[in-house]
Amino acid sequence: MAQKLILSQSPHYHGGDSVERNMYSVVLALVPALIASFVVFGLGALIVTVTSVAACLLFEWSITKYILGRERSTVSDGSAIVTGLLLAFNLPSNLPLYIIIIGALVAIGIGKMPYGGLGNNPFNPALVGRVFLLLSFPAKMTTWPETGQLLAYTDATTAATPLALMKQAATGNADALAQLPGIVQLFIGNNGGCLGEVSVLALLIGGIFLIYRKVITWHIPVSVLGTVAVVSGIMWAVNPEMFANPLYHLFSGGVMLGAIFMATDYVTSPMTPKGQIIYGVAIGFLIVMIRLFGSYPEGTSFAILIMNAFTPLLNNWCKPKRFAE
Amino acid sequence: MSNLILTAVIVLGLTGLVLGIVLYIVSRKFAVEVDPRIPQIQELLPGANCGGCGFPGCPAFAEACVKQGSVKGLKCSASKDGVMDQIAAILGGEAEHQDPKVAVVRCNGSCANRPGLNRYDGVKRCSIANMTAGGETGCFFGCLGCGDCVAACKFDAIHMNPETGLPEVDQDKCTACGMCATACPRRIIELRNKGKLDRRVYVSCVNKDKGPVAKKACAAACIGCGKCVKVCPFEAITLENNLAYIDFTKCRLCKKCVAECPQGTILAVNFPAPKPKPEVAPSEAPKPEAVSETPKTAE
Amino acid sequence: MAMLKTFKIGGVHPAENKLTKDKQTEVLLPPKQAVFPLSQHIGAPAVPCVQKGDQVKVGTMIATAGGFVSANIFSSVSGKVSKIDSVLDASGYRKPAIIIDVEGDEWEESIDRSEQLVKECNLTPEEIIAKIKDAGLVGLGGACFPVHVKMMPPKDAVIDYIVINAVECEPYLTSDHRLMLEHPEEILVGLSIMMKALNVKQARVGIEITKPDAIAVMTEKAKAYSGIEVVPLKTKYPQGGEKQLIDACTGRQVPPPPAIPANVGVVVQNVGTVYSIYEAVQKNKPLFERIVTVTGKSVKNPCNLKVRMGTPIAQLVEYAGGLPEDTGKLIGGGPMMGKTLMSQDIPTVKGTSGILMLPETESVRKEERNCIRCAKCVGACPMGLEPYLLATLSENSDWEKAESDMIMSCIECGCCQSTCPSNRPLLDWVRLGKTTVGGIIRARNAKK
Repeated sequence: MAQKLILSQSPHYHGGDSVERNMYSVVLALVPALIASFVVFGLGALIVTVTSVAACLLFEWSITKYILGRERSTVSDGSAIVTGLLLAFNLPSNLPLYIIIIGALVAIGIGKMPYGGLGNNPFNPALVGRVFLLLSFPAKMTTWPETGQLLAYTDATTAATPLALMKQAATGNADALAQLPGIVQLFIGNNGGCLGEVSVLALLIGGIFLIYRKVITWHIPVSVLGTVAVVSGIMWAVNPEMFANPLYHLFSGGVMLGAIFMATDYVTSPMTPKGQIIYGVAIGFLIVMIRLFGSYPEGTSFAILIMNAFTPLLNNWCKPKRFAE
Repeated sequence: MSNLILTAVIVLGLTGLVLGIVLYIVSRKFAVEVDPRIPQIQELLPGANCGGCGFPGCPAFAEACVKQGSVKGLKCSASKDGVMDQIAAILGGEAEHQDPKVAVVRCNGSCANRPGLNRYDGVKRCSIANMTAGGETGCFFGCLGCGDCVAACKFDAIHMNPETGLPEVDQDKCTACGMCATACPRRIIELRNKGKLDRRVYVSCVNKDKGPVAKKACAAACIGCGKCVKVCPFEAITLENNLAYIDFTKCRLCKKCVAECPQGTILAVNFPAPKPKPEVAPSEAPKPEAVSETPKTAE
Repeated sequence: MAMLKTFKIGGVHPAENKLTKDKQTEVLLPPKQAVFPLSQHIGAPAVPCVQKGDQVKVGTMIATAGGFVSANIFSSVSGKVSKIDSVLDASGYRKPAIIIDVEGDEWEESIDRSEQLVKECNLTPEEIIAKIKDAGLVGLGGACFPVHVKMMPPKDAVIDYIVINAVECEPYLTSDHRLMLEHPEEILVGLSIMMKALNVKQARVGIEITKPDAIAVMTEKAKAYSGIEVVPLKTKYPQGGEKQLIDACTGRQVPPPPAIPANVGVVVQNVGTVYSIYEAVQKNKPLFERIVTVTGKSVKNPCNLKVRMGTPIAQLVEYAGGLPEDTGKLIGGGPMMGKTLMSQDIPTVKGTSGILMLPETESVRKEERNCIRCAKCVGACPMGLEPYLLATLSENSDWEKAESDMIMSCIECGCCQSTCPSNRPLLDWVRLGKTTVGGIIRARNAKK
């Protein structure tokens, strides 16, 4: 016989799924939101995104090569691109370059690689980077440019976001809610905020694409969004003067981005449907609580990071539905 | 302001005091009586928790010693000579003497001796390869080469030789805890007496196939010819299922079997090299792997 | 259209590759030398009842069952017993086997070789079961469980359903599909005999919707038989798993081991087995032939062959056009649960449902990556287990936790590993864990 027959245990078939397929699907799903951000914020969005992705790739490559000393680089698996994109999406489009690079370094160098790379990090790396920046550069991170300044970068004029208005209302400014833009404006994305989170429409298209491609399941996004709607709905019913209606909560800030792209991160979310629903509900609840009663106008990042910490516990508690159970 | 500090100090101080008292009472009330000899014995043990003694770890072994009141039948092979005597002294007795042992790999199926017929493409664990099929070669008894024994060794005493594809025991590091022997799914590794001057003679094969099958599979396989049995003056060698075995308690290291074995399966290690005899034809000379002077022998 | 039935949790849909579904079954000539391993069923190996030099005919018993859970073995050829020796078999090890040199093709007179359908069966249930036992029947789906054992369910179990496994969910294999198209009546008679033997009034034949021709034929013919219903099923792997099939066909779920299908009132048999029951009871023909699918993408002439057991696989491969140059794996069975074979010298046995020659490009596993915790294995597992966790527990030898996380429920279908984006060898580990935990449980039960 010409060749040696290979011996191994079954199965001798693989469906062809790969880390790359999943990661690049996420990248593809982020493209509509990326385009929306270019349309809304112009040059600034482009600079921030490119810088963030390039920095993440560079840090991942150099850390695997020079610090971990691994022969095979994991750069090509696409996870660094996803981290870079998500980090950029969570930043204002007028952020200076050095801050973005620090964010990327923290995301990859602290949030991901020290644990052994993709698959082992307890917290979503992009959010680790984002929260680090939020705490380190609070002023720069919380002033967002007005929409439509297509050629401006750090020099863009800034304006209050819907979230800030909602916060003002919750803390007693009775006129704030009246200044909110229309729901349709929010849905398309014509409002201030982090560059990737503004267009609900684009994010939803990406989310449907991911569910269609079976990259993610519906459990986490639906439970997060559902809980945000229900909890904020209750608050709105109690006092519509102080609290904005649930649609504003769903369509403003990072809720959509968080529910579809950040909370569903494979590595840091629970493994079973039951666990995922508990996780999603808790995130939704925390988001509304931080928005209405916390000192920050936005709570998505914190809510997801807090629940990331509970993921191992949820994995331990929530077993899948066994056969014949 | 000073009021505030004072309150804090008092509150914290009182809390600490109360909790301290509670802790003290609880620790007194629920204290577990430990035989003082257990920690003493544990001190002497190597603390590797290798499990070679048959207990889950060193503390369990110490407990077992104290529970039994003697070291009869108990042995920590991982510790240095004399430790068992010291333990016995703590318990007020004497340790029985046991011959020092060493792990011996009874397979000589190197890449050269055993031609590969198939290719295994699964998890590199012997236990899994063993479940999959007979192996990559025609010998279904020999070393699978995935190194379960290496992973099992807590003393860094066994390593794969990349040239032969077989594990090698570092006899100076080996404590004869037996973890490698248990880890090997084919029971190739055996604990044998270390022998006088570390000299050992053993059959380096566990193939139970009939002669022709075994020979076809591996150039160094025991073919069960029985020549060694006949030549042994001490009746130390038995032949069962086409496989010779040397009882190390009876072997006197005369090496007659080594010379007799047509396959070079029987190895003699740590003997001085034979004086060169120019008149002997090279084909009759002992096989090179049969004699070794280095302490890291191809066992 | 109503929703098609299927099992409830998990499952995957591998590429079907049924290359031979339209190929009429061909008869392979007897070999020159036939090899009969003594252990080709679950349970104790059979004990030889012939000696070197004995003359045997086609259908002569050459080894008797070595216990209750065991099966007789019959010669598939006529000739002389050459020797009883250790021979490499599908397990990858040398096992004792009877080797017969073939001379002519003389059959035992008791076997009815006519093609005529015999519908009438006037035997009592006991007589039927005795005949099945004597004929050495084992489940032909792959597990090779002796049929008579399944036909004698525990006394306290009330059986009210027979479920016939005709889904053939393994990719590539088509032997059951062909059998249904070519011998539907025989299968239905066999099933009626089974129903009589078990005193069961209802039977369901589960067939996946990808075989519309088989569904049509079987439904049409089944009208003449009382209590037999053909259930079209949605295509999903592993529908042929015993528990999954019962779930799909009856909605009942068999609890974890040690429970067996009889505990929920069901007995499952493979459609090929039912055909062999017909042959054994109505034609006095013991089990020594079966249909084997010989297939593969690069194979010249993929085919369905009626093969005498004991024929070396090389002869089957030769008939199909020889081993393709690019072959990486030679598999006995399908790609999901089949076993890789070490060489072509291995004989066909009762459990050989197919010979698959997989190209090297599809054979070599891709590089393993970190687990990215995507939970796709959890979603794919038809038993509702967590393969990623079980594999890790196995790797770390945490047998206690593996047992409490129900590693013993694993049916080794391979769904988890085939969906893993990181190409992790999940089933290798889980199988190791299952073997070890199984040993621990047996030792514990033995102590009690």
